[in-house]
Amino acid sequence: MRAQFVLSEIGVGLRRNLTMTFAVVISVALSLALTGGAMLANKQVDSMKGYWYDKVQVTIYMCNKGDAASTPNCARGAVTDDQKAEILKTLKAQPIVEKVYYESAEQAYKHYQEQFKRSPLASSVTPDQMQENYRVKLKDPTKFAIIASLFNGHPGVQSVSDQREVLKNLFDLLNGMTRVAYVVLAFMLTVAMLLIVNTVRVSAFSRRRETGIMRLVGASSFYIQMPFIMEAAFAGLVGAGLACAMLLGGRYFMVDAGLKLQDKIPLVSFLGWDSVIGVLPLVLLIGVAMPACAAFIALRRYLKV
Amino acid sequence: MIRFDSVTKTYPKQNRPALRDVSLEIEKGEFVFLVGSSGSGKSTFLRLILREERTDTGMVHVLGKDLARLSNWKVPHMRRQLGTVFQDFRLLPNKTVAENVAFALEVIGKPRGTIRKTVPEVLDLVGLAGKEDRMPGELSGGEQQRVAIARAFVNRPMLLIADEPTGNLDPQTSVGIMRLLDRINRTGTTVVMATHDQNIVDQMRKRVIELEKGRLVRDQSRGVYGYQH
Repeated sequence: MRAQFVLSEIGVGLRRNLTMTFAVVISVALSLALTGGAMLANKQVDSMKGYWYDKVQVTIYMCNKGDAASTPNCARGAVTDDQKAEILKTLKAQPIVEKVYYESAEQAYKHYQEQFKRSPLASSVTPDQMQENYRVKLKDPTKFAIIASLFNGHPGVQSVSDQREVLKNLFDLLNGMTRVAYVVLAFMLTVAMLLIVNTVRVSAFSRRRETGIMRLVGASSFYIQMPFIMEAAFAGLVGAGLACAMLLGGRYFMVDAGLKLQDKIPLVSFLGWDSVIGVLPLVLLIGVAMPACAAFIALRRYLKV
Repeated sequence: MIRFDSVTKTYPKQNRPALRDVSLEIEKGEFVFLVGSSGSGKSTFLRLILREERTDTGMVHVLGKDLARLSNWKVPHMRRQLGTVFQDFRLLPNKTVAENVAFALEVIGKPRGTIRKTVPEVLDLVGLAGKEDRMPGELSGGEQQRVAIARAFVNRPMLLIADEPTGNLDPQTSVGIMRLLDRINRTGTTVVMATHDQNIVDQMRKRVIELEKGRLVRDQSRGVYGYQH
């Protein structure tokens, strides 16, 4: 294989087809940037999930005086000290329970006031409306059902709530959005593929004289197809390079500078540079392999022996 | 060198076979004219030798190989032992004369040293010494065909296929091309040439194979273009 000859043929092909090459580069860049973005978004949601699920707990709310009217289980009035002791004993006996915190109505009120500082809800609540509760940290947060079945209807228990439920809706939304992104990127990759197939066909057509002569003098099909495949791979590589730049730039402007999301949303720990750099090799690989495969498929029918 | 055994070839969507039960043998070192009117099957005959087409029935052997049993990836290697020349020259207009000839060697991966050595030799042989750096557009038809012959011959093929190489040339120029092909034949290369040019066939007095509607109707050594009907 004569490298210099092949390279000059590739250069000629790309220049001859400049507008199409440009279109391929742009569409590959955009679809790969979206691919990388979606992968990172997915990672981000996963890491947030891990972070938050680790923090959330199961809360067992106990009856207070006010619940007697509204909750059948609390008909006999507020929870007694005996009941509290029994609940705590049962909780501690469960192997899946890691830790139990007790929160008095007073503490609950304080937390509530802090959380809803800027909301009119804060002033509408009084301490005696708050419930004493046990915050239970589970070794495996998904095993909520066991606790729920144990304490739902237990004397003195008003309700058992899994805080995961609250976050679940948020994560479902985020996951849904990533899924939409995947669908969009599947379309974009398809469009990029079709564009590459078409570009390669045009390229092969405009050079049918050369390829015809190559066949006649006995060039192997590998040698005939090579420049076209390399052309597509090269355009793909440029596009993938742009996509990498977009991903790095995107992380920089969204998190560190520009939007400064990290400052605005300190609760969320955003993915680090290592995660962004981690997806780049995959983006580059797809950027080279996908156009090369598309070109190969395009040529299979076009350049027969 | 070439052997056809009862070869029949019908193209899809055609009723009449392009070639019908053709059997013949061409020996090493022969010079053979292939004559016949348009549509007689000359091109099909040549395309079968080049394995651009395959037979329906019958066998084609070229250079001792059964082309039906030659796998696709071996076809390029077979073609490297064949040279091909066409009526329309098929040169690359954006490459110089020398580059056109070198192209044939580059694409089969010959080392640069070999190319630098053999290209001037073959251009000298076809009488184009000194015109290496011209573009095909600057050359006359006869000169362009010489470039094409140089390209076909540069790899020293055993067999040269020429499909009406003088079809676009005036009689005087054609004589020059025929002298060149004759010289190539004298180096031991088998030449098979399809032609409509009666004068050339009559003058050269070589073996003549005539096809008519796909059938072999005449195979004559030292023949002329046509019978006096």
